[in-house]
Amino acid sequence: MSEQKEKALHDFGPTGSVLEHMDTHNKNLENIGVEILPIHTGGTVHAKRIPGFFRTIKWLLASVWLIFFIVPYLRWNGHQAVLFDLESRQFHIFNLTILPQDIWMLTLVLLFLSMLLAASTTVGGRLWCGYACFQTVWGDVFTWIEEKIEGQPNKRIKLEKAPMSLNKFVIKLKKHTIWLLLGFLTGFTFVAYFVDVIDLWSRLFYFEWSLTEAGIIAGLGLATYFFAGILREQTCIGFCPYSRIQGAMIDTQTELPTYDLERGEPRGRLKRLKLGEEQPDLGDCIDCNLCVVVCPTGVDIRYGQQFGCITCGLCIDACDSVMAKLKKPKGLIRYASLDEFGGEKLPALWKRPRVIVYAGIMFIALGALIWGALNMAAIDVKALHERSPLYVQMSNGSIQNKWTVKVVNKGNDPMKAEVSASGPEDLTFKVGGALNIQPGNVGSIMLYVQIPKKTLNDTSTPIVIKVVDLNNPKVFEEYKSNFIGPKVQ
Amino acid sequence: MGHKNPMPGGECKNPWPDEGNTGHIWDEDLRELDNPPPLWWMLSFYAGFIMIIFYTLYYPTIPLTNASGEFTKGMTDWTQINEYQDDFKVLKEWRTAKFADKEEQLASLSVADILKDDDLRSYAVATSKALFGDYCAACHAPGGAGVSGFPVLADDDWLWGGSIAQIEATIASGRIGNMPAKGMMGNLTDQEVSDVTDYVIALSEGKAEDVAYAAGKTVYTKGMCMACHGPAGTPMAPTGAANLADGIWRFGSERDVVLSVIANGVNVKKNGVHIDGTRQAVMPSFKKRLPNADVNVKRLAVYVHSLGGGQ
Repeated sequence: MSEQKEKALHDFGPTGSVLEHMDTHNKNLENIGVEILPIHTGGTVHAKRIPGFFRTIKWLLASVWLIFFIVPYLRWNGHQAVLFDLESRQFHIFNLTILPQDIWMLTLVLLFLSMLLAASTTVGGRLWCGYACFQTVWGDVFTWIEEKIEGQPNKRIKLEKAPMSLNKFVIKLKKHTIWLLLGFLTGFTFVAYFVDVIDLWSRLFYFEWSLTEAGIIAGLGLATYFFAGILREQTCIGFCPYSRIQGAMIDTQTELPTYDLERGEPRGRLKRLKLGEEQPDLGDCIDCNLCVVVCPTGVDIRYGQQFGCITCGLCIDACDSVMAKLKKPKGLIRYASLDEFGGEKLPALWKRPRVIVYAGIMFIALGALIWGALNMAAIDVKALHERSPLYVQMSNGSIQNKWTVKVVNKGNDPMKAEVSASGPEDLTFKVGGALNIQPGNVGSIMLYVQIPKKTLNDTSTPIVIKVVDLNNPKVFEEYKSNFIGPKVQ
Repeated sequence: MGHKNPMPGGECKNPWPDEGNTGHIWDEDLRELDNPPPLWWMLSFYAGFIMIIFYTLYYPTIPLTNASGEFTKGMTDWTQINEYQDDFKVLKEWRTAKFADKEEQLASLSVADILKDDDLRSYAVATSKALFGDYCAACHAPGGAGVSGFPVLADDDWLWGGSIAQIEATIASGRIGNMPAKGMMGNLTDQEVSDVTDYVIALSEGKAEDVAYAAGKTVYTKGMCMACHGPAGTPMAPTGAANLADGIWRFGSERDVVLSVIANGVNVKKNGVHIDGTRQAVMPSFKKRLPNADVNVKRLAVYVHSLGGGQ
């Protein structure tokens, strides 16, 4: 270990990171082509928390997740405002009811979100990972709890090394209990989007959860506990595909937390000068190691952008606080792009090809989504033509075709559907009567259509089947079909 | 520390003692690293082996049969077909329980009442398809499309009546078609049969009043065809006689088929045996053929009524 690092540890306390003991210039490994990544590869990262601008941003964005916990308790017109009712295949979002027929909109939502991810990444790096991702947010909250119970990082490391005692056991028990409770709440809230939340609470106290509900809540709860409490940054580094994908979306115009190499190097600590000694010509980085100490994934940002970095900006807070003490300008580590470091000026956002493409797809998806939501018909009609027999000769000289008309009521009010058919002038039809369909249900009725044989001049004659809701005549749908007749001589 | 060099040359010093290699070094710097899979991976690997033993014992694994043809069983009697049958039994029970009230209504209500109830009618139609396929479609074709010699059920031309009660009676008790050969008295000459054939075909085309068919018209009266088929070719009552005035033919619209039917009749017997060329038109009674006939006759009546021409 270098002398400087040792001093840094003395000043700021140990991080527990193996980086402290790792020489990233291992000749032997480099010889055989092993890339040595400046990331933490073992033990728990105990990052120091210091206040700052990005810390505040992180809490603000993390608090958006509170919505996730609150939404299931909102009510709307006597039912849960947001309820994905899988059993009756209806998704309720306030006034909107989405049936499986409209599931194509989900693909657009997903497309929009994935493009938002790509667009934000290309502009500002891993904004999702650093501030908004549930892994980051839950991990942040879990370590915050850890700090409240076990104390600062050095105390935590000490406790970890100490032999098991009643005191240690009580402290650990407290922490794990709260973690598990948080995990339970997360799993519970997730399930509450699929079943009525009040019902779910009441059935908890009677132990009447179904195996599926209990299994999902327990599974998700334990997964939350495991990923946010135990694995933490290892999830981001080892499991999460975004860490690899998002790097590919970054280019030299992407603004990322970056260490200003030219200004910082050569790094070194200021010495108290003895008489006759001259201060060596050092950069602004005093190699205090605070940026590594605060990093939640245990990387050293001074190596440059790397896949372990979730671009959360906490090292910027750390470095700025040191620069302020040294009365030097802030921003030795700052959000900047490689082009800016190269002295180039960044083009405006709308002039960057990546941004144009990502945003283009994004707005197309958004536009289609809005169009879909505005034009979502409250009715869906399918008419199945009878195949055996395709047509029948009737005694009055007409040909008859038969359809099974299925009408889905996608609206929120009961529907009285009237089925009719139109086509050639002398077409007649017979239908059982109006269909009463409850919201979210399907009604089915037979439609018999007759056309005189002499009118038919082809084996196939186009006709239109129209279904109108008598309760609300604005709701109707026309279904095109073909009337089949015998070969015309 | 010294390592054995597997290559001839014997003992040599490992120049990379700390990187965790196995000490196997070739070509000066090509060496094998010792990177065992993680413990959890190895444990699940061993657990996999233990599972194999368990599977072998539990399920019928060994592909042998004994002298009586029985296969080697596992610790339990588990087989796929048993599991399927058990599941099917559960499904059947579930269905029976779910639709018990509907079945009860089908049994207690009359067909006319079933037809009036939208819900019940849909249920009867939906549950009839397999039954119709098993018992009716062999002659009447799926969907009642009819095949040559067997009536179409999807049209509105009924020999024995198209009301729901008449359809029910037809299914329950069966019908036997009956038409004498060569007129009611059996006294028409070949020429007269030929003339009346032309007349009957003209009737269906709406050209019967044409003078060309005057001879046939006379024969139609002389042969007393109108007794069953009615003076204008339309029967007065549903007695099994075909409507001759529409374009629908019971046995076929070709002239030689029509001629053969008039000449040989339907179900004409001599000494208890069908005569040559006569049509055998019999609808069997399904009261005893159908399982659970009390309900299923009604169910099928509703289904046939809905096929396209119920009155």
